Amino acid sequence: MLINGVKIDDTFAEAFNMRGTRVIITAQNVKWAYHAANAMTGFATSVIGCGVEAGIERELNTDETPDGRPGLSILMFAMGSKVLMQQLETRMGQCILTCPTAAAFAGIESEDRINLGKNLRFFGDGYQTSKLFFNANGVDKRYWRIPVMDGEFLCEESTGMVRAIGGGNFLILATSQVAALTAAEAAIEAMKLIPNVIMPFPGGVVRSGSKVGSKYKTMFASTNDAFCPTLKGVTNTELSPEIESVMEIVIDGLNFEDIAESMRVGIQAICDLGAASGVKRISAGNYGGKLGPHHFKLHEIMGKQAS
Amino acid sequence: MNALTFTLKKPLQFSLNCQLLNPTHLADKSPSDIASMLLNYGNSQCRVDDIFDISGNDAQNIFFKNSSDKLDYLGANMASGNIVIEGDAGAYLAYNLKKGEIHCLGNSLAYAACNMVNGLLTINGNTGDFLGGASAGLRKGMRGGTVVVKGNAGDRAGDQMRRGLILIEGNAGDYCASRMIAGTIGVSGKIGEYACFNMKRGTLLLTTRPRLHATIQDCGCHTLPFLNLMFKSFAQFKTKFSSIQSMRVQRFVGDAACAGNGEILLILTDE
Repeated sequence: MLINGVKIDDTFAEAFNMRGTRVIITAQNVKWAYHAANAMTGFATSVIGCGVEAGIERELNTDETPDGRPGLSILMFAMGSKVLMQQLETRMGQCILTCPTAAAFAGIESEDRINLGKNLRFFGDGYQTSKLFFNANGVDKRYWRIPVMDGEFLCEESTGMVRAIGGGNFLILATSQVAALTAAEAAIEAMKLIPNVIMPFPGGVVRSGSKVGSKYKTMFASTNDAFCPTLKGVTNTELSPEIESVMEIVIDGLNFEDIAESMRVGIQAICDLGAASGVKRISAGNYGGKLGPHHFKLHEIMGKQAS
Repeated sequence: MNALTFTLKKPLQFSLNCQLLNPTHLADKSPSDIASMLLNYGNSQCRVDDIFDISGNDAQNIFFKNSSDKLDYLGANMASGNIVIEGDAGAYLAYNLKKGEIHCLGNSLAYAACNMVNGLLTINGNTGDFLGGASAGLRKGMRGGTVVVKGNAGDRAGDQMRRGLILIEGNAGDYCASRMIAGTIGVSGKIGEYACFNMKRGTLLLTTRPRLHATIQDCGCHTLPFLNLMFKSFAQFKTKFSSIQSMRVQRFVGDAACAGNGEILLILTDE
């Protein structure tokens, strides 16, 4: 498949089941909401080393937040509910409770609940106050007011936890590092507009894609040598001679459709740059179907855009 | 189906216990069953149809017409449906209300919303003492739900209140929020002496500066974002409180006499 001169490989991205949650962070202004959200989603690029994968989903207007202040929605994903609960509580305590003017609210409703302020309230040392308020649907929700040095930290008791999908991805193969990164940036800008997904790596882009296993016994993942341009002559390479750089975009999301849509708009944004930009191919990472049950087939996703 | 309507035939000399006349209790009763039910009237009993003209058949929607303050325990122990009282109600209105709505278009006597668990009670007129309080011998009053009073409330509104919301658009008497355990009380008018006496926790929201006793401590003026949430949650009840915009309050904490951590939030409009 060719789109605007860019080849789309006949392959698929392989994704796996995760547990996900959404938290709404508000603050006195957007600047401080970002301070809180950036801290909370820091060191959360991959479950391999960070426990969770997290990112900022989007900015929220004042009429979209529970307390009428500027805010951000954060998505957080983990391989299991236990890890997600533990990581969320830790990050709430160290990143949101500590951030001036910040408050935290549930961003998703479900029967499965996960603690936000339920245990954090004990920081109040007995001075914390619980309040039960009705939301717009007449459902009562519990909030905690914890006295802190800048005033009060307001936090909803819990948020919802849902089944989610992690590991959607595609690879950008280009003739130079600059061309690959420029294309990746264009893709990320387009993908940010899709709800329910995040791209958890720095700037949304990962350069160190991995394969399963290693020559070293202690390593269960190592560099994806088939896509490393400097190893073209010494490994079973996937790269043609003109490819000099490969970037990967990884997507976690709350459902299959939004991940597929984010991949579509991202790949389309790259293809819109054209082959003259230096991008020659789009591929995807998979493990032969052994890793996860969700397969994002590039040709199906991009079917309508094929030329 | 028409709303089941009880119209009082003539003024009553004694108090009538109406706790059986609620949607939950009348759900499966035929008109003849309802007419023959016995109610406690003074120190005797009388049939329902001796006191009321009965019409309609929808027991989930009950109207009391021509009602008076001799009708006690209206809506008591109710767990479903709606009651509208076109006139006054006696004592113990919405006693132990578990679910559903009760709308009193007139005044009520003492102990309205006593032991209330959930649901909604609105009183368009005034109400007596111990609004949302506990019945004699109990240590906890209202445990949930919402009470809206358009007029004034008597003394000890919210006495031993454990949870829930009381909004009083008029004035409240002495000892407002006394012995309060938790929950929220809002008073749009003035309140009497000794507000929050022996208060343990909970919030008393005021718009006019009260005279406070010595064991209520001034904690200064603050901007509290949670108030935005609270006022939003009030919006559905269409009271004066829905129009409050200010998040600036003066906070008082007490009652220190019982190591209480309750609060009075005095809304400040000059941000």
